[in-house]
Amino acid sequence: QTVEHGFPHQPSALGYSPFLRLMAIGTRSGAIKLYGAPGVEFMGLHEENNTVMQIHFIPDQCQLVTLLDDNSLHLWSLKQHGGASELREEHRFTLKGPPGSPPSATQITAVLAHSSREVLYLGTESGNIFVVEAPSLRVLEDRSIPSEAVLQRIPEDNCNRRSCELVEALREHPKNPDLILIGYSRGLIVLWDLQNNKVTHHFLGSQQLENLYWQRDGSKFISCHYDGSYTQWPVSSDNRQPEPLENTVPYGPFPCKAISKIYWQTTKNGLPYIIFQGGMPRASYGDRHSISVIHGSQQTAFDFTSRVIDFFIIFSSEPAAEFDDPSAMVVLAEEELVVIDLKTPGWPAVHPPYLASLHCSAITCSHHVSNIPLKLWERIISAGSKQNIHYSTMPWPIDGGTNIAPDPPQRDLLLTGHEDGTVRFWDASGVCLHLLYKLSTVRVFLTDADPNDNMNTLGEDEWPPLRKVGTFDPYSDDPRLGIQKIYLCKYSGYLAVAGTAGQVLVMELNDEDAEHVVDHAEADLLQDQEGYRWKGHEKLKTRDGPVQFEAGFQPFVLVQCQPPAVVTSLALHSEWKLVAFGTSHGFGLFDHQQKRLVFVKCTLHPSDQLALEGPLSRVKSLKKSLRQSFRRIRRSRVSSRKRRGGAGNASEVQEANAKFDQDALQEMELAPVQRKIEARSAEDSFTGFVRTLYFADTFLRDSSRHCPSLWAGTNGGTVYAFCLRVPPAERRMDEPVRAEQAKEIQLMHRAPVVGILVLDGRSTPLPEPLEVAHDLSKSPDMQGSHQLLVVSEEQFKVFTLPKVSSKLKLKLTALEGCRVRKVTVANFGSCKTDDYSENDLAVLTNLGDIQIISLPFLKLQIRYPCIRKEDVSGIASCVFTKYGQGFYLISPSEFERFSLSTKWLVEPRCIVDMPEVTSNNHVHNKSGVENAARKS
Amino acid sequence: EFRRFSLERSKPGKFEEFYGLLQHVHKIPNVDVLVGYTDIHGDLLPINNDDNYHKAVSTANPLLRIFIQRKEDADYSAFGTDTMTRKKNVLSNVLRPDNHKKKPHIVISMPQDFRPVSSIIDVDILPETHRRVRLYKYGTDKPLGFYIRDGSSVRVTPHGLEKVPGIFISRLVPGGLAQSTGLLAVNDEVLEVNGIEVSGKSLDQVTDMMIANSRNLIITVRPANQRNNVVRNSRTSGSSGQSTESSLPSSTPNLLGSLLQGEEESDEEDIIIEDSGEPQQIPKAAPTSESIESLSQIELLHESTQNGFLPSSEMNSSHSAGSISMEYEGPEPGRKALEEDGTIITL
Repeated sequence: QTVEHGFPHQPSALGYSPFLRLMAIGTRSGAIKLYGAPGVEFMGLHEENNTVMQIHFIPDQCQLVTLLDDNSLHLWSLKQHGGASELREEHRFTLKGPPGSPPSATQITAVLAHSSREVLYLGTESGNIFVVEAPSLRVLEDRSIPSEAVLQRIPEDNCNRRSCELVEALREHPKNPDLILIGYSRGLIVLWDLQNNKVTHHFLGSQQLENLYWQRDGSKFISCHYDGSYTQWPVSSDNRQPEPLENTVPYGPFPCKAISKIYWQTTKNGLPYIIFQGGMPRASYGDRHSISVIHGSQQTAFDFTSRVIDFFIIFSSEPAAEFDDPSAMVVLAEEELVVIDLKTPGWPAVHPPYLASLHCSAITCSHHVSNIPLKLWERIISAGSKQNIHYSTMPWPIDGGTNIAPDPPQRDLLLTGHEDGTVRFWDASGVCLHLLYKLSTVRVFLTDADPNDNMNTLGEDEWPPLRKVGTFDPYSDDPRLGIQKIYLCKYSGYLAVAGTAGQVLVMELNDEDAEHVVDHAEADLLQDQEGYRWKGHEKLKTRDGPVQFEAGFQPFVLVQCQPPAVVTSLALHSEWKLVAFGTSHGFGLFDHQQKRLVFVKCTLHPSDQLALEGPLSRVKSLKKSLRQSFRRIRRSRVSSRKRRGGAGNASEVQEANAKFDQDALQEMELAPVQRKIEARSAEDSFTGFVRTLYFADTFLRDSSRHCPSLWAGTNGGTVYAFCLRVPPAERRMDEPVRAEQAKEIQLMHRAPVVGILVLDGRSTPLPEPLEVAHDLSKSPDMQGSHQLLVVSEEQFKVFTLPKVSSKLKLKLTALEGCRVRKVTVANFGSCKTDDYSENDLAVLTNLGDIQIISLPFLKLQIRYPCIRKEDVSGIASCVFTKYGQGFYLISPSEFERFSLSTKWLVEPRCIVDMPEVTSNNHVHNKSGVENAARKS
Repeated sequence: EFRRFSLERSKPGKFEEFYGLLQHVHKIPNVDVLVGYTDIHGDLLPINNDDNYHKAVSTANPLLRIFIQRKEDADYSAFGTDTMTRKKNVLSNVLRPDNHKKKPHIVISMPQDFRPVSSIIDVDILPETHRRVRLYKYGTDKPLGFYIRDGSSVRVTPHGLEKVPGIFISRLVPGGLAQSTGLLAVNDEVLEVNGIEVSGKSLDQVTDMMIANSRNLIITVRPANQRNNVVRNSRTSGSSGQSTESSLPSSTPNLLGSLLQGEEESDEEDIIIEDSGEPQQIPKAAPTSESIESLSQIELLHESTQNGFLPSSEMNSSHSAGSISMEYEGPEPGRKALEEDGTIITL
């Protein structure tokens, strides 16, 4: 496992170091990830797997501190090791109160990493502030600031003991490191002199405090509150108890939600930027996740697609600079990272080079293409750049560290199909998975939802001035649009895409916008069967007349399977201009040059009623949900009856519930999970489900003449082989393509066929279409005899061709009890010499193991545990590359990349150097401000 | 009726003559009878050819007790069928299922005329508390008919008694193959599937293994009821004289497993339909010289095992010689020694 791509699942904390120009993200599972310039990535994992609550970089150091939800502090540091930097956990610490004190006494609520780099101030729920030494994380008891000490120094008529409960915020004075601002939850704010241990100023806020922020020169600070207001306070030597300068409720006058964090950024022109999170009118916009930016008369409330975890502003960190001059706002939302360019008018978003939200719409399939020719690569990028014009041109502002990994050896594309009918093209060559181009198939169809519905309909005068940002949109208008299979021919630029409602689209890359009619054909896969009724979804309605397509991949042929069951397999032969597709009912072959259906073959067993009735998952899930809801009803009845009997006595009810749970548990133990042992038979359900399709030019009929052929494998262990007659290029449009069934093989073990492959006379897998024509592969050996490899979920079998006799087999399930989930041919090169490479099978089993099996002798070479066997979706999402790497989803939004090859290894390798500190004092002041406590 | 008469032990003569003698002694010249005798273990064994007749005579000590039954109302099950069932014959039965239906007379003593549905195997190498059961699914319409579950069992380990997870039979389907054999029962612990230990494997894994082997399933169980265990001592000298007491049960399963795998091959040939013609079994390709050395170990074993067995016609013609001796006179005794030991073990 080399690197994780995508957006961290369930992020919970954000931190930033203007000194290192690195950003840190913590997650609910205890992971911490650091990002800098593209390619600069670090990852760490807390042993406890607890939620990361806060992240604070130590000023001017390659160190950071994390606070977990178990109240433990962890110190991480970036150290150079073997020429590259590594992130390591160095110390851990849990604050302990005096014996007998309640846990709240030491529950940390605010952390201030002091610019002296020597101490951390820890504000707690009890109002006491503890001091620990960095980096050793040792408590300095004599320096702690107890709440009593603060109270003593404030006139008694202004506050009582409860005023100093719960430290909400700790902020170091930007110019004087000996002064810290302490904000208590109930509204009291004091300026504390660390040298003399005394309160220099105190500020009496009337509202519950959320957060504090210093103005750059230290003459003012701003506080934000639970009621949606913010307040400016002056700090001067003549008034020790100043009144607020200004108190504003930006989205008043109706009750508003809390403003949980605020920035005050000065600029040269005098107009400050006030940036705050929340504060929306509670009734009408209380459900929005917003951050508002106010600059003079400009005001925008950025409306995020998911909850805002935290945000920070990138501003001038030059110690000598007089103003903040903010350049960008970085917002971590629950499902995506959004960066707003504050320098360009209109405040456009910046396209992030990493942390892409893979799950903008749920991923339904993926397809990897290695070694893309430069020409195609450039055309895809150019099509993509036309889609990205609304992004800012600002260079990526988080640019710390240096990427020292070698340049990726080749251009690789990862294509993901999504539930909303889009296909996203990702640059998967290197460490940063970067979106190149997005293709939507929706345009071809008529759907209920008008695509313009989602546009921002707010006019100029709307209040609040909301603006939607981000791309996360998990709601699918029509599940039938979902993409299920993708096949891209990298030489010709032909792309075939197939979806949930039996739709198959063939597309061509066009560099210009175009308007044209999509040719439409229907493939009735039940041709010779009668009396069946499809109870699943209807087919998609198509748009009549020409359709406008933007530059990029434009569909020119649509084939719709009938019944419109989900397409389960797809193959495209760009040289013969043929596309084959299969569903649970059968398969068909379409000539996309002549736009003619060549043939269809029904694979259904007459007794297989289930396959005809519609999507299995729906039947199952309906049953399941019914059963569950019945259980819930029954359960609630039982417990309510018991509650009545218990006459309102809570403990009795609890006891009864516990007893009920125990009974239910016992019941479960009495009827344990059991598995039926039965041989598979031809009458089983879903035997006709087409699992794999394969084109091959081989010896199907006799050993003297080879011909194009199409192979199909089903769930019931049947392999069909069709002999194809493709007219020569000059008569390609004049003569029809013909097909004739030549062979049908029934595997007696009846396991699903998951892979079919023909090996040439040198026992090398046949090359991809057009690979030879582009001089990228040796032409296959047509002298020696070919062999057929059939991979079922249980066995690998090699047969001779053209006369099918069994030659070799490897039984996986019978010996190891695991089943093949994914199989592909991978080319393994030597890392020592360029002239050796071999082809093997890379196999992923249902136990999450990866096995390498040699070709053509089917010997198990090596086995690695890779994915947890419980992680069914991870196993289902796995995709192998042609050169022994692979990807699988570790969460809905993240791909884990792994490599089986010693030669091809893509992993982050980077260095973070300590930037030179020129003027110590200034730097201290500067970073102190930025690194002051942050609350999420 | 009881008759007592004498024979010359050194010159017993032919079975035909003996049969005539019996009919004469009992004055039943035209009645077809079945002849049986009790051997030293007390089993009722048939006499129907020269070999078993000679064998019977040689065991007389000094008396030889012979039982004669009228063929029509003979109780076939009275004969100790022992472990003479051979899978070879299953194949021949299935391939030519009509053959024996047309035969007017079924001769009880020819086990190859029957289709075994189950057998207990390897009694001589397994601990007495274990039972290795073979279920012959092939050719029967009966479902295997059983369920397995997770459970725990107590093992003796160097650290004392330890509770370890195990796989158990949870249910037998009435009328299924498993139930009808009477060899498997609910709560029997499954130890191995086709020679592969299940310890450390999940319920789903074991399920998959059993289904993958369902055509020829060999399950080693620790029966919940330990009172019906095979008593080993009385057997060793009898039916499988070649058994090696020294063979360690713990080391054999793998070898055994692969052999069983090999034997199974012939039962499980895929079917091909060429050009929409008639379905045919897919033949095995003759290994070419270039690939033979690279064949996997299992395949090699398989090849040779099959050669050792193969000619089923020869088997049929020479059945009177006894299958044991025939296998010893295999074509290349030296090279095949290992496999043949294995073959014997499976007997």
